[in-house]
Amino acid sequence: MNDIWDGIVQAFTLIYTLDPDLIKISLRSLQVTLSALAISCIIALPLAAILTIQRFKFRRFTIALLNALMGLPPVVVGLLVYIVLSRSGPFGVLDLLYTKTAMIIAQTIIITPLITSIAHQSLRELWSDYHDLLISMNTSHNQRIKTLLWDARRALLTASLAGFGRAIGEVGAIMIVGGNIDNATRVLTTAIALETSKGDFALALALGFVLILTTIALNIGTHWLSKTENEGRW
Amino acid sequence: MFPLVAENLVVEFQGKHVLGPVDLRLDKGDIAVILGPNGSGKTSLLKALHGILKLKLGMVRWSCLETESVGKQMFVFQTPIMLRRSVFENLTYPLRLRKVSKAEANQRATEWLDRIALSASMQVPATRISGGEKQKLALARALITEPEMLFLDEPCAALDGKTTNEIESMLQSCVENGTTIMMSTHDIGQAKRLAKNIYFINKGKLECIQSAKTFFVKPSSINASKFIAGDIIE
Ligand SMILES: Nc1ncnc2c1ncn2[C@@H]1O[C@H](COP(=O)(O)OP(=O)(O)O)[C@@H](O)[C@H]1O
Ligand SMILES: [Mg+2]
Repeated sequence: MNDIWDGIVQAFTLIYTLDPDLIKISLRSLQVTLSALAISCIIALPLAAILTIQRFKFRRFTIALLNALMGLPPVVVGLLVYIVLSRSGPFGVLDLLYTKTAMIIAQTIIITPLITSIAHQSLRELWSDYHDLLISMNTSHNQRIKTLLWDARRALLTASLAGFGRAIGEVGAIMIVGGNIDNATRVLTTAIALETSKGDFALALALGFVLILTTIALNIGTHWLSKTENEGRW
Repeated sequence: MFPLVAENLVVEFQGKHVLGPVDLRLDKGDIAVILGPNGSGKTSLLKALHGILKLKLGMVRWSCLETESVGKQMFVFQTPIMLRRSVFENLTYPLRLRKVSKAEANQRATEWLDRIALSASMQVPATRISGGEKQKLALARALITEPEMLFLDEPCAALDGKTTNEIESMLQSCVENGTTIMMSTHDIGQAKRLAKNIYFINKGKLECIQSAKTFFVKPSSINASKFIAGDIIE
């Protein structure tokens, strides 16, 4: 019990003194996850819009596939990315295994189906509202996509936030493809796992607090952002 | 662009016959009122002529290329569809679709806001204004593009007398500006006030096409005379 108490005190000291290791790991976590999030959004949001407005041949299949992918355990994604990127794998020549890029790839694969699916839900609701009007105004495909994405931006922000939360808190996949290498691929979650197993609760707890604070800060920030747009709820 | 000619128009919903066969011709400058009881097919006829309803049979033909006619006709739905944007942005939307410059769009929107007395609510979300205000906004959003042809589906159903008056005078003045109107109503009074020509529809069939003057004195179908007299048509 004393150990844990000491750990908590030390954890706050680490945070308070802006421990360089702590900062480095936290920034790396943000860098990896925000990159994955950006790539995911670029793929997921237009894809969700296309799934909403277009009746193409493999639409149902794509939606089913997305839902299936959403349920894929992250560790399995890690394993698959590992196989693809490993020396003997198809992309082995790129030498990406145990790099931040590999981690970004894994996180992107994990959260893209999630963001697409949540975004699709809200876009579908908006589209059922807008359908007749936009058809009547003779809008082009691009105009429809733009209109839907813009008018659903708050819901889409929430969708990407869910993706962020999932990515930054994920440990299994990035452990496999990143390798948790000190000063290279060690991020908040993998560091917590390591320090805990070593019995160094202080750093583990400090990292844990940072992880929680990051998520809360982002949530508040997003909430505030959509509030300051002053319209509030539609 | 005129005349608009419809030939042998038939509309079905899931195999259920709801409209037609309808033949009609609409000339420039008309205020054509589709009059008929609920469920007679007014909405279906308007949407079919506007080209947003799949036809089972027949055709709708403008005297110009389709690429030309689609941009010059607007449709105001019975239940106004508001974009989840401010009142002001609802007005600029169709102009921005047509690549009108931002400055000009803003200027025209400001003028229209004044005309529909919504200047004070210009930044309010359009989904939050009253039903009558929404209907006026929907009408202004259609008229701001200066359409050659305006379709309206029961624009004053469920509106109070004052708003009905305002909308009717907006319609009168847009006809003076050269817009041709086809609207539906089940309100005989409104048909008397506005119509140049009456299209009486019952059970999906156009039973009379007559000038308003003749129609109200000597309707050419028994159902129409019952309808005018306020009797129930079975
Ligand atoms: N989407 C639809 N699916 C099935 N039936 C429909 C649909 N829309 C309209 N109908 C039917 O078509 C008939 C005509 O409807 P409508 O054109 O809306 O008439 P009105 O506008 O004169 O009230 C009605 O019997 C209605 O029940
Ligand atoms: Mg109707």
